[in-house]
Amino acid sequence: MFAYIIRRTLYAIPILIGVNLLTFALFFVVNTPEDIARMQLGVKRVTPEAIEKWKAERGYDKPLLMNAGAEGVGTVTETIFFEKSARLFVFDFGNADDGRSIGHEIATRMWPSLALALPVFLVGLLVNVTIALLMAFFRATYLDFWGVVLCVAMMSISGLFYIIGGQYLISKLWNLVPISGFSASVDGFKFLALPVAVGVIGGVGSGARWYRTFFLEEMGKDYVRTARAKGLTENMVMFRHVLKNAMIPILTGVVVVIPTLFMGSLISESFFGIPGLGSYTIDAIQSQDFAIVRAMVFMGSVLYIAGLLLTDISYTLVDPRIRLE
Amino acid sequence: MHGSRLLMLFAALALGGCGEIWNSPYAGSDRGKSILYTSFSERPKHLDPAQSYTSDEAEFTSQVYEPPLQYHYLKRPYELIPATALEVPKAKLYDAQGKPLPADAPAARVAWSEYEIRIRPGILYQPHPAFAQNAGGEPRYLALGESEIRDKYEISDFAETGTRELLAEDYVYEIKRLAHPRFVSPIFGHMSEYIVGLKELADALQKDDKAILAAHEAQHGKADRGYPWLDLRKADLSGVKVIDSHTYSVRVKGKYPQFVYWLAMPFFAPIPWEADRFYAQRGMNQGRNLTLDWYPVGTGPYMLTENNPNARMVLARNPNFRGEAYPAEGEPGDAAAGLLADAGKPGPFVERIVFSREKEGIPYWNKFLQGYYDSSGISSDNFDQAVRIGLEGDAALSPQMEERGISLKTSVAASTFYLAFNFLDPVVGSLSERARKLRQALSIAVDWEEFISIFANGRGISGMGPLPPGIYGYRDGADGVNPVVYDWVDGRPKRKSIDAAKRLLAEAGFPDGRDQKTGQPLVLYLDTVARGPGDKARLDWYRRQFTKLNIQLEIRATDWNRFQEKIRAGNTQLFFLGWNADYPDPENFMFLLNGAQSRAKTQGENAANYANPAYDRLFEQMKNMDNGRERQAIIDQMVKIAREDAPWVWGYHPKDYALSHAWMKNGKPNNMARNGLKFLRVDTALREQRRAQWNQPLAWPIVLIVALLVLGSLPAWASFRRRERMPARPGIAGTAAAKAG
Repeated sequence: MFAYIIRRTLYAIPILIGVNLLTFALFFVVNTPEDIARMQLGVKRVTPEAIEKWKAERGYDKPLLMNAGAEGVGTVTETIFFEKSARLFVFDFGNADDGRSIGHEIATRMWPSLALALPVFLVGLLVNVTIALLMAFFRATYLDFWGVVLCVAMMSISGLFYIIGGQYLISKLWNLVPISGFSASVDGFKFLALPVAVGVIGGVGSGARWYRTFFLEEMGKDYVRTARAKGLTENMVMFRHVLKNAMIPILTGVVVVIPTLFMGSLISESFFGIPGLGSYTIDAIQSQDFAIVRAMVFMGSVLYIAGLLLTDISYTLVDPRIRLE
Repeated sequence: MHGSRLLMLFAALALGGCGEIWNSPYAGSDRGKSILYTSFSERPKHLDPAQSYTSDEAEFTSQVYEPPLQYHYLKRPYELIPATALEVPKAKLYDAQGKPLPADAPAARVAWSEYEIRIRPGILYQPHPAFAQNAGGEPRYLALGESEIRDKYEISDFAETGTRELLAEDYVYEIKRLAHPRFVSPIFGHMSEYIVGLKELADALQKDDKAILAAHEAQHGKADRGYPWLDLRKADLSGVKVIDSHTYSVRVKGKYPQFVYWLAMPFFAPIPWEADRFYAQRGMNQGRNLTLDWYPVGTGPYMLTENNPNARMVLARNPNFRGEAYPAEGEPGDAAAGLLADAGKPGPFVERIVFSREKEGIPYWNKFLQGYYDSSGISSDNFDQAVRIGLEGDAALSPQMEERGISLKTSVAASTFYLAFNFLDPVVGSLSERARKLRQALSIAVDWEEFISIFANGRGISGMGPLPPGIYGYRDGADGVNPVVYDWVDGRPKRKSIDAAKRLLAEAGFPDGRDQKTGQPLVLYLDTVARGPGDKARLDWYRRQFTKLNIQLEIRATDWNRFQEKIRAGNTQLFFLGWNADYPDPENFMFLLNGAQSRAKTQGENAANYANPAYDRLFEQMKNMDNGRERQAIIDQMVKIAREDAPWVWGYHPKDYALSHAWMKNGKPNNMARNGLKFLRVDTALREQRRAQWNQPLAWPIVLIVALLVLGSLPAWASFRRRERMPARPGIAGTAAAKAG
């Protein structure tokens, strides 16, 4: 397995270079270094000299991908792409275009993101699996039918509706928890209760329906019939056999998400005032801060690749037949 | 027993907290304290006074930094008064031979002006580690090794602090920082045209710094960002001199009366060299943000004690602040509005100011209504809920707001939004009769009164020229009406009829919207950044205005960068733009139409590239004059020329609407300065009472939902149990029982 992990890690390097190249190309297709400078310096009283100075300070005065004026490896290394990307591979994110440390921001912002994303993930998983099991257990009954209808209805509603509706009902009308905000101390619970509840409820529709299909597929298999024929209770059949065997497809979708929980939620963090990495990314896109966008896309890619690797490893844990070679 | 306990818990929940507030976003320990609660939406990019230029950032920097001058808190028109200075400096004028000239000397004779600024003695800086000293009187934290910084992540991690007196050299140090080679000050380009020696200083520093950075790179490698300190005390700035410990002078090229307004901006606030030295130590900025841009050091009424621009920023009262008396006079009506009740009392009145970040309008507005923000602006989404516009266009609070004791303050912003014609365009540009009449016709057709009513909820007044109300030179009433677009009828301006516009259009050679020579329909192009679904109504409205004259309007939507690029290249025909005043002087608006400021030719602020030699000549005269009858006469002439030439459709001046809760005292809108928080007062007892009244928790709906879920799951549970007990095949259980029997 160790060799497999090493091999997959090495595969990740060209993928990350590709992702970087793509991000770089997409960003600079719509933004020139001058645009970035103007965005940072504002539009009032900005002279061309100030633009040039800003670009030189931050290394945006070089060619984008190929430096024809340089010699040897300098043609590749003395470019914006190389200088801005190479250090990412040692997780040195450098400074944002406003001059502030990106590493510091990531280190401080990932905890609020996790504080929201982790409970939503865990509680959501529990709730979705429970509801899906219930629907599967009562398959072909009115409970199953209306459960599926409700799930489809819930997944058709925009996430924004749950957020605004939740804020209106729970915080404004019933005055139970703050509408938005965040605290890193113990009373942080009161700020997280609503976004977690909204995140869980908003995900029930798609999650429960998805898991239900896995459970139903498993329930139609021979080993379930054999289990029943052995005289096992339905309880035992569902939890000991169906749930366990349905874990492989569930893990495919779930484990890959775990590392990316650090990246936060773009919309929830904005609406609930949670200072996480999701809102950091949104801010960076709005202010055209390439340094942050590049760092966050890189981080997202690394975490996603790590998630896929974890998924593969988790297969071996839930299914002894699988070996990573 | 177990059931009865559960019942009690539900009952407690259903009854709610009985006086307790559950939805407060603030710590319980802060209840009843003298704290001002407000918000911010954009994280400040810079808190370094040499780099910061946006009003969002000024909300913080203006409380911490004190430039020598400030605007009177209550008086309007805006009046400059001393802040740390002893008086507002008067320019001493000199000719090219260095001989003094009288104050009214014509600008052409003036080679330079000198401002001598005397600072009040005894002003102290906020407590800060940069000033801390050891027992021997040596700086405690100015020569730290990297290992000593390794465990420091916040400014509060430095245990010791100190202070020292504000000196004239601190102001000089900051002026030198405008030319700093390692960052860009947005006003450097402008100031280097005026402050004697600033450009030369920048060149010299750039040269020195190159050598310093090369040596650093050789020692630490290219990627290392722990650059050594650049000691600006040694740098020579020929136009700025320290005269004595509390006096300094600034020499400005020519005559530039507007320079005193710059002295009221944070760009000219003092920076102690110790602070610059402290933050420049190796390791401070490596993953820590221990920089002057993050932790400002000033003499103002507040100091930044918590800087988390992602969530909240906290300003606490500067214990070393000398106290500043609340003004004893204002403009008429201030006394009746209760704005002089605190006259003479020393500010600041609140101990702390908590800025919470609110990126979305809905939570922000609801928190204001719950009493968790002390004041609020009004977005378009909430306008109808907050304000009722009367038949006469007068704004009043809605009953819901009045019931809560909320008050409304309105003021016309020192801003202008306009539709510009690019003078480099062959169709709409130039001073030709044809183009002028076309622009005049369009100026009549685009109905700004309707625009303000539909898209700005009535929050604005139509522009009559480049100057907004409150700026010297602006004329109100019949004298101020733009005769090209309006007639004065029954004591109010009335937009000319569309027939008048059509006549002008025909005279321009486009009868009924067609080119007289070719017969082709006239098509004009509007460049805009408005391209979202929310902008459709507005874009349709623009088209309709042009359709009144049978002119086709093509919308060329683009992103902000391309839009700016097109304007810089002079590649547009029509576009919308705006301007917020830097200072309350007509020069700050009239220069937007000065030919020498052409955006396409000189990268100046004249985005329309308008150039009329007569206007430019008058501008050169007007810009250096003191306010008075003569200046007013020239402004009137300039406005007349601009109205005739119509380089802009004069657009509108927005009105700011601000809501405050009943517990907020002394609030008065100020479009020029942001340093007024020191005079705001909060009736904390009333705030606590209202918050408790408005935020009683209502828990029974949750209890009901839980109960319904439990009840709803009972049949499922029963069904589950029944299934569990059911035999695999009906009848088998009976057979088995019979056999057993």
